[in-house]
Amino acid sequence: MSATSTLRDVRPDQAAPIRGAGTQPFLVSKIVTTAVLVLGALYCLVPIAWVVIAATKSRAELFSTFTMAPGTGLFENIAELFAYEDGGFLRWAGNSLIYSGVGALACTIVSAAAGYGLAKYRFRGRAAMMGVLLAGVLVPGITLAIPQYMVLANLELANTYWSVLLPSVISPFAIYLSFIFAAASVPDEVIEAGRIDGAGEFRIFGQIGLRMMVPGLVTVFLLQFIGIWNNFMLPFIMLSDDRKFPLTMGLYMMLNRGASEAALYTLTITGAAISVIPLLALVLWLQRFWRLDLLSGGLKG
Amino acid sequence: MTLTAQRPRAQQKSAAPPPARRRRRPSLVPYVFVGPAAAFFVVIILVPLIYAIYLSFRGQRISGGGAFGRKQDVFVGFENYLTTFTDPELLASLGRMLVYSVIMVPILMGSALLLALLLDSPRSALKGTTRTAIFMPYAIPGVVGSLMWGFLYLPSTSPMHWIAKQIGVELPNVLGQGLVYGAMANIAVWGGVGFNMIIMYTSLRSIPAENFDAARIDGCTELQIAWHIKIPFLMPALVLTGMFSVIGALQVYSEPITLASMTTTIHSTFFPLMAIYKAAFQNDNLNLAAAMSVVLALGILVLSIIVLRISQRKTLGEGR
Repeated sequence: MSATSTLRDVRPDQAAPIRGAGTQPFLVSKIVTTAVLVLGALYCLVPIAWVVIAATKSRAELFSTFTMAPGTGLFENIAELFAYEDGGFLRWAGNSLIYSGVGALACTIVSAAAGYGLAKYRFRGRAAMMGVLLAGVLVPGITLAIPQYMVLANLELANTYWSVLLPSVISPFAIYLSFIFAAASVPDEVIEAGRIDGAGEFRIFGQIGLRMMVPGLVTVFLLQFIGIWNNFMLPFIMLSDDRKFPLTMGLYMMLNRGASEAALYTLTITGAAISVIPLLALVLWLQRFWRLDLLSGGLKG
Repeated sequence: MTLTAQRPRAQQKSAAPPPARRRRRPSLVPYVFVGPAAAFFVVIILVPLIYAIYLSFRGQRISGGGAFGRKQDVFVGFENYLTTFTDPELLASLGRMLVYSVIMVPILMGSALLLALLLDSPRSALKGTTRTAIFMPYAIPGVVGSLMWGFLYLPSTSPMHWIAKQIGVELPNVLGQGLVYGAMANIAVWGGVGFNMIIMYTSLRSIPAENFDAARIDGCTELQIAWHIKIPFLMPALVLTGMFSVIGALQVYSEPITLASMTTTIHSTFFPLMAIYKAAFQNDNLNLAAAMSVVLALGILVLSIIVLRISQRKTLGEGR
């Protein structure tokens, strides 16, 4: 594996003259390609637009007015949502933040150390660990959720915050990414220089290695944060107490109850809309910190 | 084992000065780095896996006979695996999972590739905006995405049905028997297309421009360039995204379970993970659930290794 295969944008836009630029066929194909992209964007945005619009509808309006027409019940819906189950929505949002924030942070630290160790040291057992790691990337973690539940239940940890947090800390893929990034971004010479200057191994890691790995680690953190935030099956299996639910579980519970209590549909939709907005903002804001090219770089060679 | 100071690897920097050869004790340092991950791996992945394998070979037997027989936990050999492979419900759920994957993965990969190529094409406009918009569903949990689409499918809230009603056309129920796979595949494609597109796109951006300049001067069309230069170059990224798409499809869960509260078409054992959940928590048969989990996890592992091997051979075969 070539460790330095991190991909980079080597083509600042439009390097070469394009054949036929400015001619009629060029214009036509430009319109077609752009139209397809715009269609794709609309396809992705319509459900989001719908949920935001539907959140403004009162109960009566939801099933009676045209589905894309805004309604008049937004503030009422929000007030009812926050009052539902004694402030359950806010608690679920807080739980989601705890699971995702703490879980992703712990995962990033554990993965960074492991990736650095695997990339920068040769030690007995390393080859075996790499093999296990690659197999771990390929085994979908979620098929292990029920066995994990059985083990955690025996430890009396089922239905606690730990039962969702602990499985979130280990992600073979995050370790693998950290490994790739440590190998690519921390030169051996720098480590060697640190050693010659008399710095300890851990100090070199903490003050040099970790810093050089930051862009990659931000990506690992974001991937894991969103992964935990979006995860459904793990909390679904682990938790029975709705006070510990994350947002996904809470909304699912409300939707389920909606089948017998139609008034809840409006609240569920409002909840979905409100829960989506901060995460979208986060992704848009952090977009430039994502180094998703690492992912495709990771499999090269 | 003596650990000498870390050598710069030859292929990275051959001109580097030889490292200071300081003798060192077998160092514990690397183990401290990988230790926490290894510990978590053992507790969260290995122990549950072993425990599941252990449970899968055991079962409840009633001893003593009659109404007063005591339930005993005994070794039952491959009985649970036999049940797993002969249980019609589970087999049917595996079949449905395959149907779903066969529909979902090619559409997901195809549309992600198409959009990535269009983003990379010099002819498209509005690239930044459309790229961001297409990526956005990635930030939305499967449950919430399914909830949104579920309402867009429901005749009473669907804009499509509303339009159809205005012009007097009857639309079929998307959540009915035949279309439900498409309905679920659509949600998964919607949620995943942007992420896969970005991975392919970033990979495309790393192709040096010289490759196209020559082709353009020789009179290649953009389509030919895409087919003969870009797609072969993309193979590693396609393998990666393809594999994760397959793995994702095989463990489909949040889409069906969310839609299940809106339609009766999706029953409690529709997909394997749902069947496993039911076996474990509704039928209280942890042993059978364990056997099913082991089969599913190993099945996916074997399948993805096969896919990886085949596609790697292919990519390696092509000019390396």
